[in-house]
Amino acid sequence: MSRLTEDNIRVAHELIGRYPKARSATIPLLHLAQQQDGYVTNDAIRHIGELVGATSAEVLGTATFYEMFKFEPVGKYLVNICGTMSCALMGSEALMHHAEQTLGIKSGSTTPDGLFTLEHAECQAACTEAPTLQVNYRYRFKVTNESFDQLIHDLRSGKLGDEIPPHGTVARIRQRIPADRGVGPKAPDDVTTAPDWMPAPVAEGAST
Amino acid sequence: MSSATTYAHTPGFYSGDRPEIVTSRFKYEDSHTIERSLATEGYDGLKAALTKPAPDIHEEVKKATVLGRGGAGFPAGTKWGLTPPGVFPRYLVVNGDESEPGTYKDRLLMERDPHQLIEGCLIACYAAGLSQCFLYVRGEMALAQERVATALNEAYAAGYVGRNICGTEFSVDIVLHWGAGAYVVGEETALIESLEGNRGMPRLKPPFFPAAIGLYGKPTIVNNVETLANLPWLMVNGADAYLAIGTATSPGTRMVAISGHVNRPGVFEIVNGTTTFRDLIYGDEFCQGIRNGNELKAFVPGGGSAPWFIADQLDLPFEGRLVGAAGSMLGSGAIMVMDETTDVPSAALTLTRFYAHESCGKCSPCREGGTWLMRILERVVAGKATARDLDQLYEVGEIICPGAFPHASSAALDIPAVPFPYKMTTICFVGPSAYAPVHSALTLFRDEFEAKLMKRMFIPVSSAPVMADVAAVPAGAH
Repeated sequence: MSRLTEDNIRVAHELIGRYPKARSATIPLLHLAQQQDGYVTNDAIRHIGELVGATSAEVLGTATFYEMFKFEPVGKYLVNICGTMSCALMGSEALMHHAEQTLGIKSGSTTPDGLFTLEHAECQAACTEAPTLQVNYRYRFKVTNESFDQLIHDLRSGKLGDEIPPHGTVARIRQRIPADRGVGPKAPDDVTTAPDWMPAPVAEGAST
Repeated sequence: MSSATTYAHTPGFYSGDRPEIVTSRFKYEDSHTIERSLATEGYDGLKAALTKPAPDIHEEVKKATVLGRGGAGFPAGTKWGLTPPGVFPRYLVVNGDESEPGTYKDRLLMERDPHQLIEGCLIACYAAGLSQCFLYVRGEMALAQERVATALNEAYAAGYVGRNICGTEFSVDIVLHWGAGAYVVGEETALIESLEGNRGMPRLKPPFFPAAIGLYGKPTIVNNVETLANLPWLMVNGADAYLAIGTATSPGTRMVAISGHVNRPGVFEIVNGTTTFRDLIYGDEFCQGIRNGNELKAFVPGGGSAPWFIADQLDLPFEGRLVGAAGSMLGSGAIMVMDETTDVPSAALTLTRFYAHESCGKCSPCREGGTWLMRILERVVAGKATARDLDQLYEVGEIICPGAFPHASSAALDIPAVPFPYKMTTICFVGPSAYAPVHSALTLFRDEFEAKLMKRMFIPVSSAPVMADVAAVPAGAH
């Protein structure tokens, strides 16, 4: 139930500072909050609203539109099994059934130990490697019942800790724009002329 | 024998004895690093571009007719020219929110060669006078985000992005932005809404054509990742070399992902406009035929939104206009193949469920219609539907897309093709996309639907169009 930490507030300001309007940072900040707490808390929503100049309702409105944001705790590992056409043609339904049996839960729920949440997902853009799944958005291709069981075993034993961070962390590498290299954003209405490198504007209708 | 090669570091990708415009570095395991990029002509296209005035570069791209690779196939150079003259700032938004069922090429281009994409963004910004670039990467693509972030950090440090690029006056920031999981955000106006921090719902066009009123209400170019990835090669080799590959209407190459019941599903960079579907599905160089020697039943030629083709269309080349005339579209370059064992209603359901799930809810025909289509199909698949339900599928579809809906010709059924495009009562293509698989499946394989109907005597079976009054609502009246 927490607001962003001091360190994350610094990251938040860095992110906000890249956009011509602060509200553009809403989704990146929601990711940041989810990385901090594993899901997006009410306090974080309020805090993000303060940071980007929006109401909590506006931030919540944005957040609830997107599949990746969770508003209550999920397992440490979110297992998304793709069920769209290519994966369905290659047996994703049977895989989902097997996953439900193995984890002892229905799709859409979390194991009692809080380790796994199982979800049906839509196309994961790896269709030639069907059936596919993602664990915290890390791919597994051509998944069989056996490889699924092995994956769960490896996750339980902590063997994949280096490759797969806990739920909430998507990319572990952030863009950093060095102060001496970045151009920095300008308020959209403050710019009215062509960028410096563009030749003098041509008469209207003479080009394009 | 097949000349196709694959690499352990890029599962699913096969190179071959074909021109490589966007995948030339895929053979290197470290293709994503700046060292590899610089050792293999990386940023040479940008340097070449910076020696010429920006309008000349724009002309070169226009001349090469680089078609948009996101789905609509609109020429990039023409798109850049649609911004109102003299109005600034202008923004570049890169659409890396790839999520069309069957499609994955942008993910590979971002994971395997992020510097090529960055270079393409810079060339576009230079040529079209764009003040800032936002690179929107789909939320679920963690590796692509990490690779692009690393590449941007490297490129900033090396002076290729940011202030005074390569020592010139040209200065532009590229900001990496993550999505958070919403298919509809791949639509350009929804992408802009999302980038402004809102729910990703499409805007009405007109007036919100991004080139005129886009991000923050300013002129905005939205280009697909693959489109931009073509630009470095184009700058180094020139428009004439680009036009020499492919056909006059579809020059260059295209990334195509072929999945489903084929022996060797894969992603290939193919010569645009000439390769036929038969080559792609049966060719030794490509997918090497249907699994277990089975017969082809149907295939989706251009991503989940595209009407289906059957064996009759195998000899069509992968060319936008011809495919459009034959009743479908190339979309985002994704082919999904179904063999004879496929249960057609179930297969159609997987796609319709996708679009029903991904409807943003803004337009009623899509929000309600997509779900209706899905529920009726679920009844069909469960063996609980009546003949009336099959008619109702068409009726619901008529509300989303009034008039004749495109479909392929079939010699066996003795029906001619209905060409693209369709009319629609929705702002974007999600609604019609929910209907496309249903319509194709029902039109081309009605017998399979009928075989699943509930066989109970007391259910009244009627084909009377009881919803005709609803279907007659004019287009746009949602």
